[in-house]
Parts: sequence; structure tokens; C-alpha cells
Amino acid sequence: MTTQLARPIVDRHTSARRAARRRSITGWSFVAPFAIVFIAMLVAPLLYALYLSLFQTKMIGGTQFVLLGNYFKAFTDPSFLDGIWFVARFSLVLIPLQMAVSLGVALILDLVTTKFARFSRLMIFLPYAIPAVIGALMWGFLYSKSFGPLAELFGVFGLAGPDFLSRDLIFFGLLNIVTWQWAGYYMIILFAALQGVDPTLYEAARIDGANQWQIVWRIKIPLIAPALVLILVFALIGTLQFFNEPQILRYLAAGSISADFTPNMYAYQQAFALANYNYGSAISFALGAVVFVFVYLFMFITRKRGSFLS
Amino acid sequence: MTASALRTQRRPRRPRYIALQVLLGFLVVYFLVPFWWVIVNGSKSAAGLFGGGSALWFADTINYLSNFGELFTYQDGIYARWLLNSAMYAFVGGIGATVLAVAAGYGFAKYQFGGRRASFAILLGSVMVPTTALVIPTFILFSQFGITNTIWAVILPTLLNPFGVYLMHVYTRDAVPDELLDAARVDGAGEFRIFYQVALPMLRPAIVTVLLLSVVSSWNNYFLPLAMLSDNRLYPVTVGIGLWQGIASANNSGGTSLWSIIILGSLVSVIPLVIAFLSLQRYWQGGLSIGSLK
Repeated sequence: MTTQLARPIVDRHTSARRAARRRSITGWSFVAPFAIVFIAMLVAPLLYALYLSLFQTKMIGGTQFVLLGNYFKAFTDPSFLDGIWFVARFSLVLIPLQMAVSLGVALILDLVTTKFARFSRLMIFLPYAIPAVIGALMWGFLYSKSFGPLAELFGVFGLAGPDFLSRDLIFFGLLNIVTWQWAGYYMIILFAALQGVDPTLYEAARIDGANQWQIVWRIKIPLIAPALVLILVFALIGTLQFFNEPQILRYLAAGSISADFTPNMYAYQQAFALANYNYGSAISFALGAVVFVFVYLFMFITRKRGSFLS
Repeated sequence: MTASALRTQRRPRRPRYIALQVLLGFLVVYFLVPFWWVIVNGSKSAAGLFGGGSALWFADTINYLSNFGELFTYQDGIYARWLLNSAMYAFVGGIGATVLAVAAGYGFAKYQFGGRRASFAILLGSVMVPTTALVIPTFILFSQFGITNTIWAVILPTLLNPFGVYLMHVYTRDAVPDELLDAARVDGAGEFRIFYQVALPMLRPAIVTVLLLSVVSSWNNYFLPLAMLSDNRLYPVTVGIGLWQGIASANNSGGTSLWSIIILGSLVSVIPLVIAFLSLQRYWQGGLSIGSLK
């Protein structure tokens, strides 16, 4: 009696389970190709770097297991620490500047809808399409004493042009290049977010007597907060791994940019100029960990307002 | 209603914001100055470059043609090869990364499977791993397999685009209704056919955006090919121009003739992407906001 009653229920159960399993397999098969690349190109190198970073190769004595020896070395190595200090300082100035420029332009473009404004939007975005190497080179030309226009322009007022490739001003030279390169991209993201805001909110605010500034501060900026968090994260990740621009300007700005200027350049120098793969791996891994922790903390703090992780 | 009443009604609606437009004008000049400089100075001979004329205006003789000739014949025309390499890396890597991202984003958005939540959390975490931190470890790993200094050393790491997967996930989740997929299932369509014929056409804006972002990031890549390649015939244009620039800077006197082709080379190397962006505006202008709207 029991068997006869139970059978159809069991059948339905197994067929539902079978369908779920089939669905599960299909789901995995969509994800699998990416998962393979992910494991081969991200997980494997990271684990391998971690493994390599636990050894030291010496001229005498060969390769030795040193556990965290390379990390102790890195975090007491003035080259590495100065590099970290530089990118930290650079981010602190760059990111607010970039955000202010891109947000300001996005707000203007949200307000002004003439043909010229649309044209400006495109032109301000254009540097995003330029490789960082070429962007750095173009600005390097403009800064250059031999063929840049700065001396000429300042000469009109009887002044000596600033040398953005000199040791004192290279910070600002790089600041300008990175802002130029990325502000337009961030501006487009913010602009698109602004365009997604329901315009009836502005009407309602205006009826309540709000002026343009109040609309900007109380409605527009709070509503695009998720986009602001997103570009902040992009900017943070990008700046901490600074490499291309200083590497390219090294030659033009002879003497102002050392081989250990940023942590990434230092890792590159260790690995490729000195063939010190163990230490290079340790620096790469330490840098990756520092960036990850920084960004993760930041995301955690802004979690409520941001949308990326929530 | 009289004409003047109409006019006063319309005026506050379309203010022209002269001051803001002037400000925009200054910004446009700032953002275009580097382009202007390479356009102008790409036309100069070495003598014109160092001859003390204005840096922001053309010299007396326009030398585009002979500079072009020199650019494309210098070192047996290696520059053209670099351009082709860049295009190849950008397209193979970019298309590959996009295909993987579209499939994975769809899988994450539309299927329940064991380990889905955990793997998606790992994926989001990986967006925060700086890609350059992977370059040196990947190089060492590749050298174990003997594939450094081959095209694969540049293409394979380019296939990894976790942010692209995230974008596709968000877009698929919102743009493709589950009911539609279920309806197709009831009609007896297989899962892959549903993906291909029902979902894919609806994902077009996001696909174009992810493709564009992948192509740009791989066309603009410098650190990865710089580390991976030692044969200059495999270089993309970024690494190639970086190399010339290093040579020209190193020997100040002997390098002067090299500068004019470096400048023109920089100009030529940005043209393809500038054209791509200007002609595809319709697609990317909306698509770039995908990750930030919710």
C-alpha cells in the first residue's frame, strides 16, 4: 500500500531534482569558460607569487625558504615604502581633484544642453581613448624645454616657464596628465547617472522654492552617490598601481623619476632589471594586498550609499 | 496668446548659460591642446622642431608626407607591424574577453547553481585586485611553460575581465525577464538556443560597451606587453613608441631625427580609437553607466 502511494511522489521529487541538477549544470557551463580563465590568469599567478615570495635566492647558498622574510624586507625597504608613500600622497590630491573636475563638468553638461555643450562632452571624453603611454608622451612634449610651448607662453609675460619635468614639479606634471586622461571618462559615467534622474524631482523642488544650487546639492549629488562611489573605487585602484606615466616620463624627465618611484615600478625593476623574481613577487603581492584591503575597507565604509557590493 | 507672451514663456525654459559655455570652451581647449600639439608638430622636420619656431603653430614647410614616409620605412617599416600587432591583441583579446564575460554574466544572472553566491562574491572581490600586480607573477608562471615572448603571453591575460562579467550580470538581470526565458522553455527550446536567440539580442548595448572597454584596455595596455615581450617584432604600438622614445631621449644629439617620427607615430597610433569612439557614440554613451545606476 505504501509503495503504491509513495511512488508517484518519489518520482516527482526525483524528476524535479533532476531538472534542478540539469539547470545547475547548464548554469555552470555558461560560467565555466570564464572560471577557467579566472583560475589560470588570476588565482594561479597569485598563488604562485605567494609561493615564490616565501623564498630568497642568494648568490651564495642558492634558494632558501624564508617564510615572511621578503615581506619584512619590503616593509622596511625605503624604496618600497617611499613608493607607497608617493602613491598614497598622489591619490590624496588626485582623486578629489579628478572627482571635482568630472562632477563639475557633468553638472554643467546636465544643465546646458546646447550643441556646443554636446560637442564639449565628446571632446572632454576623448583622452580616454588615448593610451596612457601616448598621453604621457604628448604631455611630456608639452612640458619639454626643447619643444614645448610653456617657455614661449610664459615668455610673453616676461616669466620663465615652469618645468613640470623637474624634480620639484614632476608631482604636478603627473597630476595634470592623469586628470586629463581620466576626468572625461568619469564625467561620462556621472553624466549618464544624472541623465537617469527623474526630472519631475527638479520640478517639485522648484515649486517648493529651491534654487539651482539647492537642487544640485540636495537632489542631484545625493542621487548619483552610487556612481560617485564607483568612480572613486576605479580611481583608487588605478592610482595605487601607478606605472605607465612615470615609466614613460622617466626618460624625458631625466633624473626626476627614479626606478623605484612607485611600488609597481620598483617591482618591475626588481624582476626585470635585477632578475630578483622572489622579491619582485613579494612586492607585487604586497601591493595587491594593500590595494585590496584599502579598497575593500573603503567599500565597506560607503556600503550603505554605494550599490556596487550591496 | 501674443507673440511676446510666448517669448517670455519660452525664455526661462531654455537659458543659454553664456558663462558656463565659455568655461566649457576653456576646458575643451585644455583637453585638446595635446592633440593640437602633435598635429602641428607631426608636420615638422627635425630642423623645424628644434629650430625655435612657435611650438603651437606650423613651421614654414609642412613635412607630413616625408615624415609619414620615414615613419613607415624606419627599421624596415616596423611601425606598421606594431600597429597590426596592437589591432590583433586588441581584437582577439577584446572579443575573447567579451564572449567569456557575456556567457558568465548570463550564467550568474539567470541560473541557480551550487556555489553561485560564493563564486560571485569572489568575482566581485577580484575586481579590486590591481591587474598590474598580476603581471610579474604571470610572467614568471608563463616562463615555466615557455610561452613568454609569444603573442599568447599578451592575449591570454587579456581574456580576464571580471568587471565585464559584473556589468553583464547587472544588465542581464534587469534587461532579460525570467518569464520570457520560461516561455521559451515551455516552447521546447534548449537552454543554449534560448541564450543565443532570445537573450543575446536583448543584451546588445551591454555587449558593445563591454567589447569597447575590453578593446580599449588591451589597445592601451603597456605594462603587460612590456614585461612579456622581448622580440620587438611582437610589440604593440605603445611599447614600440616607448622604446623609440627611450632611445631618442638617451642620445640627445643623435636622436633628433627620431623625434619627428615619434611625434607622428603618436598621432597615427591614436587615430583608430578616436574614430571608433566618435563613430560608436550612440552605443557607449548609454552603456558606460550600466554599473553605476541602480
